[in-house]
Amino acid sequence: MAVFTIKVNGKQHQVDVDSDTPILWVLRDHLKLVGTKYGCGIAQCGACTIHLNGNSIRSCSLPISAVGEQEVTTIEGLSEDGDHPVQKAWIEHDVPQCGYCQAGQIMNAAAFLDKNPNPSSEEIATAMNGNICRCGTYTRINKAIQTAAKNA
Amino acid sequence: MTVVKTEINRRSFLKVSAAGSAGIMIGFNWLASCTSPGETVSIPEEWFNINAFITIADNGEVTIMSPNPEIGQNVKTSMPLIVAEELDVDWNMVKVEQAGLDTENYRRQLAGGSQSIRQGWQSLRMAGAAARRLLMEAAAKKWQVSVSNLSTDKGQIINNETGDKIGYGEIAIEAVSIPVPEEIKLKDPKDFKLIGQGVKNVDAPKIVTGEPLFGLDYMEDGATIAMIEHPPAFGMKLKSLDAEEAKAMPGIKDVFTIDTTVGEPQWSDVNAFTELVVITGESTWQVMKAKKKLKIEWEQDTPAESSTDHAKKLVDAMSQKGEVAREDGNPAKASQSASKVVDRTFSAPFLAHNTLEPMNFFANVTAEKAILVGPIQTPEYLRKSVSSLLNMPEENISIDMTRMGGGFGRRLYGHFGVEAAAISKKIGGPVKLIYKREDDLTQGTYRPAYRVNYKAALDDNGKMVAFQAKGAGIPGSPLFQDRFPAGTVDNYKVENINIDTNISTGAWRAPRSNFVAGAEQAFLDEVAEAAGKDPIDFRLELFDRAINDPVGDRNDYDPERYAGVLKLVREKAGWDNKPAGVFRGVSAYFCHNSYVAQVVDVVKEGNDLKLQKVWCAVDCGIVVNKEGAINQIEGGIIDGIGHTMYSQVNFDKGAPVQNNFDQYRLIRHTEAPPEIEVFFVENGIDPTGLGEPSLPPIAAAVANAMYQATGKRWYHQPFMIAEQEELIEVG
Ligand code: FES
Ligand code: FES
Repeated sequence: MAVFTIKVNGKQHQVDVDSDTPILWVLRDHLKLVGTKYGCGIAQCGACTIHLNGNSIRSCSLPISAVGEQEVTTIEGLSEDGDHPVQKAWIEHDVPQCGYCQAGQIMNAAAFLDKNPNPSSEEIATAMNGNICRCGTYTRINKAIQTAAKNA
Repeated sequence: MTVVKTEINRRSFLKVSAAGSAGIMIGFNWLASCTSPGETVSIPEEWFNINAFITIADNGEVTIMSPNPEIGQNVKTSMPLIVAEELDVDWNMVKVEQAGLDTENYRRQLAGGSQSIRQGWQSLRMAGAAARRLLMEAAAKKWQVSVSNLSTDKGQIINNETGDKIGYGEIAIEAVSIPVPEEIKLKDPKDFKLIGQGVKNVDAPKIVTGEPLFGLDYMEDGATIAMIEHPPAFGMKLKSLDAEEAKAMPGIKDVFTIDTTVGEPQWSDVNAFTELVVITGESTWQVMKAKKKLKIEWEQDTPAESSTDHAKKLVDAMSQKGEVAREDGNPAKASQSASKVVDRTFSAPFLAHNTLEPMNFFANVTAEKAILVGPIQTPEYLRKSVSSLLNMPEENISIDMTRMGGGFGRRLYGHFGVEAAAISKKIGGPVKLIYKREDDLTQGTYRPAYRVNYKAALDDNGKMVAFQAKGAGIPGSPLFQDRFPAGTVDNYKVENINIDTNISTGAWRAPRSNFVAGAEQAFLDEVAEAAGKDPIDFRLELFDRAINDPVGDRNDYDPERYAGVLKLVREKAGWDNKPAGVFRGVSAYFCHNSYVAQVVDVVKEGNDLKLQKVWCAVDCGIVVNKEGAINQIEGGIIDGIGHTMYSQVNFDKGAPVQNNFDQYRLIRHTEAPPEIEVFFVENGIDPTGLGEPSLPPIAAAVANAMYQATGKRWYHQPFMIAEQEELIEVG
């Protein structure tokens, strides 16, 4: 066990955990930020997607020891009031079914739009391919990202 | 207008005081986030409990309880919407809360069979209508007028003569003391204001901001984290356990075994592994790490089965005599004198549910009571199982349902809830049981593996004169003997063969239909081709027979509605004027009381095929919440395409070969059709289910379209994995 100081959603936190603890479980178990989901634990489903210095990463496969000074942003910190263009587009298109994958989808979409503000439907599909939606909301996700791009 | 007898148990009409209630802030925040800027709603101070579904606050805010488990089928929005419709309130003033298990006040709190809306329709409407009536009677008394002089609109009662208005919140205090009338009038569907429109998923604001909602998110201070280790293969059981190393790991509290055998098992107690190793600790990661250090010896208990054995048994079954489920006429004789016989065989593998949220449950069992919280499609049955396991009366056991990260049938079988209870009892404190993905995927309750042979005979005019189906499944045949094309052909036979297994299986979204619809509708495409007919015309001719002169009287579908969806999709997709470069397939199916017809458009991109668009016509009666309904239909289509094309569970000496998403292929974004367009038949019939019906037919619509593009027929699922076909051809 070791004490780590990490910056999550703009705030510093100290946690005492094993150094190989994936940031996913630090968020969920220790910081009680449960918006980031566990789906596979092996970087295959994207349910655990967060931002590290603005890049989307799989938090289930990133140990806390690798975080250092980098800024972690989770779904809870994506916007102040749930008003990020991607979140708003998700509501407008009524995207979620069970909703379990959606935090990861939104985080991945938000980081993608930062880099590619005017994507085509095909570019969106390719960028979102690492995020599984077991309920099959892909068609809606694609359209919502197009809307978010327009409204950003 | 429908008049119904009230059956609502009107429990305590207590005035609920707001003081100290968490309801204030939740309610207020929720409204604040929904009303447009500038609008303000006062903070409620008192609530009045009108019936088990409805609580009205003095400021007019209405809380509606959602009785059924939410697995992503959107009942948490659509069921309260039905109540709100009859209550006649402004949806913006409604706050929805999930009810816990409460069999006294609610009926059938179960998510399964696409039945929540169909079976809840009347009682939900009654709950809303009864409350509205009480409020109107209270206003009539206050104004000294007759109820017939009053009307309602958006949470207000209006005196039709004077134009006076009073809000539900202002009169609710009077309404609580008025007895429930014996009969209640329901609205004429043409007067619906909310039903048929679209309202947004009530949990969406929480979902998109990551608020705790799901089972895995539910935790209590001081609760221990627990994980299980089950045998690595079906047919094995625990022999010995050496937990020394694991127990010495940081954060680990204990390692022990539990036996979750339930004394009086019910249908929902499906579980291949009842004796489990449990490891408990302080945090999820510590438990996950230490779990790998468990040294467990397993031993063979029942014979190990491999996929090659399964394939052989299924192939052999096709040459055996099955149990005849229905026989009309003499199909063997009719086939002999026919001018053409089409004979084809279809198969599909075992499938896992893979809800994205793995199995988990919270339990706190003490000597007197048990509290369980988590994702469960069958809370009532779970309570019975836990009662039997703990030997505790049901009234001492409470179950709260969280939102579920998917169901698909997996959470009908609540062994994980039983396990959580057993663990909590053993450690004498609260516990949170979490399955790793691998534990979940290899635990079973799979969709059975199937194989079906069809034979159709055609006369010189291309008329189908005989139809025979032989179905085998591990463990059960997928055929439904009284479904289409039963009733459309004089000579008809269905035979079933069931093959035993020690692999646990269960309902998987649209049980049996999920395979058999695709097989039958792909087969009929070939039969239509052999008959030299357009595949839609061919089916419509069969329906004509079922409409005008049906064979037998047990056919369990309405041929007019069935034909109706085919005609609608034909018109909307422009079937008769197919665009150049587009290859098309059609399919139609009836299950869970709803009718669905689909057309799939495929285009060629170099050597690849691309699904371009799905056209889908649906007859589910009245559409309660349009956007939610369309979302369900889209989801069923994408789910169906995914499992047909990519997914399977295979076995090597009883051990599932696929144990996580690197090996179990689920459909991904680039593989989903970019366009899905849905059309509803408008007929005013009471609503039927939508969680399942769009899934079964899509396999055939895709296969038939791919055939048009490639000239190749697809018989064995998953279509995109060639090994499967080879495997099946063994023997
Ligand atoms: S949980 Fe991290 S990718 Fe699946
Ligand atoms: S909405 Fe259920 S997994 Fe995506």
